[in-house]
Order: sequence, then C-alpha cells, then structure tokens
Amino acid sequence: MLFPPNQTAAAPVRVVVTGAGIVTALGLGWRANADGFRAGRAAFRPVTLFDVSRQRARLAAEVDLPAAPESDDAASRVGRRLDRATRMLLLAAGEAWGQAGWTGGERLPLVLGTTGGGMTLGEAYVKQALARPALSRGQPTRIVHYQAQRQGLEVGAALGFRGPITIIANACASGTNALGHAWELVRTGRTERALAGGYDALCQLTFAGFDSLQALSPTRCRPFDAGRDGLALGEGAAILALESLEPARRRNAEILGEIIGYGAATDTHHLTQPHPGGDTACATMTAACASAGIGPAQVDYVNAHGTGTPANDATEALAINRWAGPRAPTLPVSSTKAGIGHLLGAAGAAEAVACLMAIRGQWLPPQLSLIAPDPAGRFRIVQAPADAPVRVALSNSFGFGGANASLLLRRWS
Amino acid sequence: MVVSRVFVRGLGAVSPAGWSLPALRAAAEHHEPLPVQSLARPGWAEPLRVRQVPTPVDRPRILAHPRLRRSSAISHYAVAAALEALGPDVADGAWVAERLGIVVCVMAGSVCYSRRFFEETLRDPATASPLVFPETVFNAPASHLAACLGAGGSNYTLVGDNGAYLQGVALAADWLLNGRVAGCLVIGAEETDWIMADALRLFRRRAVHSAGAGALYLVAEDRAQTFAELVAVTDAFSFADRREQVEAARRMRAQLPAGAPGELLCLSTRNLPGADLAEENAWGDWPGARLAPKVVLGEAFTAAAAWQCVLACESLRRGKFKAANVSVVGASQQAIGARFA
Repeated sequence: MLFPPNQTAAAPVRVVVTGAGIVTALGLGWRANADGFRAGRAAFRPVTLFDVSRQRARLAAEVDLPAAPESDDAASRVGRRLDRATRMLLLAAGEAWGQAGWTGGERLPLVLGTTGGGMTLGEAYVKQALARPALSRGQPTRIVHYQAQRQGLEVGAALGFRGPITIIANACASGTNALGHAWELVRTGRTERALAGGYDALCQLTFAGFDSLQALSPTRCRPFDAGRDGLALGEGAAILALESLEPARRRNAEILGEIIGYGAATDTHHLTQPHPGGDTACATMTAACASAGIGPAQVDYVNAHGTGTPANDATEALAINRWAGPRAPTLPVSSTKAGIGHLLGAAGAAEAVACLMAIRGQWLPPQLSLIAPDPAGRFRIVQAPADAPVRVALSNSFGFGGANASLLLRRWS
Repeated sequence: MVVSRVFVRGLGAVSPAGWSLPALRAAAEHHEPLPVQSLARPGWAEPLRVRQVPTPVDRPRILAHPRLRRSSAISHYAVAAALEALGPDVADGAWVAERLGIVVCVMAGSVCYSRRFFEETLRDPATASPLVFPETVFNAPASHLAACLGAGGSNYTLVGDNGAYLQGVALAADWLLNGRVAGCLVIGAEETDWIMADALRLFRRRAVHSAGAGALYLVAEDRAQTFAELVAVTDAFSFADRREQVEAARRMRAQLPAGAPGELLCLSTRNLPGADLAEENAWGDWPGARLAPKVVLGEAFTAAAAWQCVLACESLRRGKFKAANVSVVGASQQAIGARFA
C-alpha cells in the first residue's frame, strides 16, 4: 500500500548509492563523463537536431547516441521506435542497474524527473496533425511514447522490474526532486531500494522557448562570470541506484557514496525569475544541511545550479554567501553546466553524479570558460583541474516556477 | 506530535458542470451526460466533440491576480478548485506560507500554450512569444497557486495518467505523516485543446475530452473540522498493455475492502465497453452503490480522478454512505485505488 505504508523504519536509515549511470554530451557512461568533468571539457557544438538558423543562439551540448539497431527482430524494431530521451534514459538506467548488480523481478519504485518526457515525439505529432490533418498513420504511437510515464515503463521492461513510477516535473529542479523523493522513500523504510534520476532531450520547443526569453547565451556559457550572457542547453540522463545501507552491506555491494540530506522549497516571487535576495535558495541549502545534521563548514564542494544567466547566478551567489557565512571565502564552487549545458529535468541528477565522481576521485570539476569571476560571489570558483579532499558535496537546482532543491552527498569510507 | 492519520478538510472542483463543488455534485447526481460542444480542428470540416468548462457566471476574484492574468486555463482551474477546498484556512497566512504543501497532478498539462508556442515556433522561432513559453512548463499551475497563496513550502508537480492523482494523494499523506507539512492541497487539473481531443479520438472514437480541476485539502489529525478520513491508497500497479491492465485492476481491487451495501464505489469507467473492461471485471461483485462521474463529465485524466475523490468525500460529508472506494484505471500507466471513510 502507498498509504498507510506497509513498512516504516523506526528511525531514519542511511541511504547509499550502489549504482550510477550517466549520459551527457561528454559521452556515454561514468568514465567518459568523469574524465570530461575532471578536465573541465566543454561539449558544445552547433545544433544539428533541428533548424536554429532563426535563433539568437546556435550552440548546444548534443549527445552522440549509438546508431539505432537496423535488424528486423522485435527488440530492434522497439529500439528504432524510441525517441532520444528514452534512449538516453535507458542507457543511464542500464549502467546504474548493472553497476548496482541488481536483478529483475522485484517490485521497485522508479522516480524520474523530466520537463519534456518524449517531447520530440510530441513535436512530430503536432507537425503531422497540422501539415497532414487527414493522416493518422504513426500518430497513436507518437502519443503513447511521448508520455513520460511510458518512458518509465520502458525502463522497467528493459531491466525486468515492475513497480510504481513517479514522475516529478518541477522544471529544472526535477532531477534533484526525484533523487530527494527516492532518498526519502528509502530513508523512511518505505522501500529498501529505489531507482531514481532525471532525463531530457533537446527539442525545438524548449530551445526556441529559452531563446525567446533571451536566456540562451549567444557566445559561450560562463556561469558566475562578470560578463556572463546566458545559459546553454544540453541533453542527457542520469540515474542512481539507491539502497538502504544494511542490505547493501549484506550483499557486499560497492558503495559509491551516500546521500545524507535534501531540502526543497518554493520561491513565489515570479514564474521565471528568482527572488533577487535568494531567500528560498538559501533556505533549501539550509534545509538540506539540517536534514543531514551538518553545517556549511562540513561542505567541501558546491555544484551550483549556475546556469550562466545574469539573474540566476546573481541570486545564487547571494544565497551561497548567506548560507555559507564565514565558510564562503574558502568554499570551492563550480557549475558543470559550463561543460554539458543545462540538462533541465536531468540537470540535478547529472550534477549529483558529478558530485559523486568528485567525492570518489577526490577532485574538483573546474569551469575553464570563466574569464572574470563576478565579485558578487564571495566563494572560490574552481577554475582549473585540481585534486582536493572532497568528503561532502552539495548540489543545487533552482528551476522555473520557483522550484528550488538541494541535495547533499558524502564520501563513503 | 506523531501523526498517524490523515483527514479530508476541504473539497473543490471546476468541471464542465461549473466552477464549484455544488455544480459538480448536481451534475453527477443527475446521471445524464452533459451536453458536448464543438471544437474546431484545423484542416477538418468536422469539429471535434468536447465538454468545455463554462465561462463562470461570476468571475472568481482570484483570476485578477497578476500571476493569473496571462496564464492558461489549467492554472485558473487549479487555483479556483484549490481555493474552494482550502476555504477559510486561506486567511491563516503564516500557516499557509510555512506549513501548507501543494501537489498538482497532470497528464497533458498546459497543452493549449504548448501547442500554441510550438505553432509559433514552426512559423518563425524568432518571433515566438516569450510570454507564452513559461506557461508551457508542467509546474506552471503549481507555481501560480503557490504565488497566489503565498505558500513557500513543499510543492511538487506529478505527471502521469489518471492514476497520478492518487499517487499525489499518497505523497501528500506521506508528507503529513512525516511532519513535512501540516496541510496539503492535492489538485488534478487538465485543459481542453483540439490537439488533445484529436489524440483521444485516435484511441477511443466515442470518448469525449473534457477539462477542469478537482482538489482535496488533506490535514493531519490535529486540525479540527474534518469530515472524512483517508483510509488507504493502494499500490500503483503499472501496466503496459490491455492484458496487463486487467491484472493490474484486479490487484488494485484486491488491496481494498470487499465493500458493503452501505458503501460507495466511485469508478473511472466511461460507459465505453471495450475501454472499461478491466475495471468492470475487477469490481463485478461490488455490493454497494456505484458512481462513474466520467460518464457525465467526460475524460479529463487527472482532473477526472480528482472529481472521483471529491465526489466520494462529498458523499461521506453528506452522510449518504459510510465509506467510499475510489477506483482509477488510468489511460496508459497504472491501476490504483483509494478508500475514504
């Protein structure tokens, strides 16, 4: 039963990560992405997926997906039917699943964050409905596979499990909310395991939307730079296998890290603009720390939301300053969006994986695109690849609609 | 204080029957399908059939809020239903700001502005409206509602088929149990657009697309003046095809009490024989009364599931039944049920 819950832990249990999968423009999988994040590589290129000749911005971080299978067997036919978002999601989920060493057959919650689901199929549906209104061929399939819940079902089918699918669509905070919700499910004993993360593919509607808001950078994405002029979009998927500590220990699972805190709140200031004072952003970081029982002094690295828009970064800088207090001047901060772009519903999950990589490898992801740090931030922007002790990392996600969320991850030792 | 029980404190609805719970109740009790309206479909001479939410006789004052002036109909419906459910508690500003949670559940979401913005993009992306794009985001209605109320706490938008609404109810109950919130609005909301009506027609030619919102206002037990208790929300049983749908409905039904003559079963059936098969099989032996509001109101996905819950709880408030089961077999994802008493 979802309510009242079948099982509840007498006290919160520790939640560990035993699998992680990631797909971004840096590459497919943990290794390619870890190398890219560590080096501060930027993966932007001219958009090829749709026409951007009439847009202000022309660059995005596109993922190079493996070619769809061409054979005529059933699995290949299914594979060819899947849209980019689903294919990236399946790749990330498969990597996390394999790394965790989980087997199918069990009832397992799947919690996903997304902003568009299979939006490219939705776009194709509308195009055909407008251009050839009498033709319904292919339309039912597009409708079915456009829906985010269908992509969740595809994950279960591919990995051999079935369970409740929860899709959280809190704009750019969706991925962090999904991980936070799954963390709460495991932490409170509702379930021993959960698969969670986020995914989103580049699509014309979203690109044109951010371009219409003049939120896309016509030059280069430079979060927290004094001369920043906008964000760059990316695409991808990231999935974590979350598990309560004791069962993971019993089966000798490799533990990649631990999620120790989560905070979420709503900024009611404006649909697309954060409150200039950064109150809510500060509150989510504080709440995440409170749930973990630590303070800013124990945080070794902040993966900022850091979109590169003037308003977001100014607000986040103020919020980090206030939250970190005396810790701020020595606190390493960077935004991996400088390398992979803004992954929207996948952003929080991909950035949580980047944090895991940093605490596993004991290095800080740099932002090589930074030219002159905005003095509004009293913290230290990581500008060059560097090894560093990283025991606890904080990941921020602040989205449209005022959806703010922060997640805390800790090194497992 | 440890919370162990969750109660319903308020109900709200916007539907093709009108902008209030009494209008919804009157239509449901009348049992006659509401009239359908024509909706132009570009490229076709023949219009689509829908059930629209009527223009309100007295425009709710909240629609003059700056956040709602340019927003889509789905946000208007969600806010109006939520305010009706919240009732006088809306005046408790500090409590709303800090202790009220919001869960908005959608399937199609802001489809009118999404379709409109994409059409503008196809014509010329350089002139697509920056005022429209933000309203296309799934969580726009939840954001507008939070702004109208000044609610800065937990706020999730869930996407899924009809059953996402009951997932939202369970999520709210969880937040109440663990003390994250002291009250929570759970809203299901959808809007009509030709693109949705066209899509629905491809699967069920006789189905009528409709729109609106329904809201439950749930509280922990320390808040007085409640009239129904949330007894259970079943597991969400996923299905990928019609065969699995039958089994999912059966398993959902097995998690709820068998029922008694003085109880109500509120179904998601639409009087479409093929489409209703799984749910009819699952509840064939139900001994009590039945209500199927979608037969009267049309298919509004998460909003329709919310209407089911609202009508079930309203029947308890009026003392017509001792308990009510709600059965939701969704369009594309899950079978899930709930019980109120």
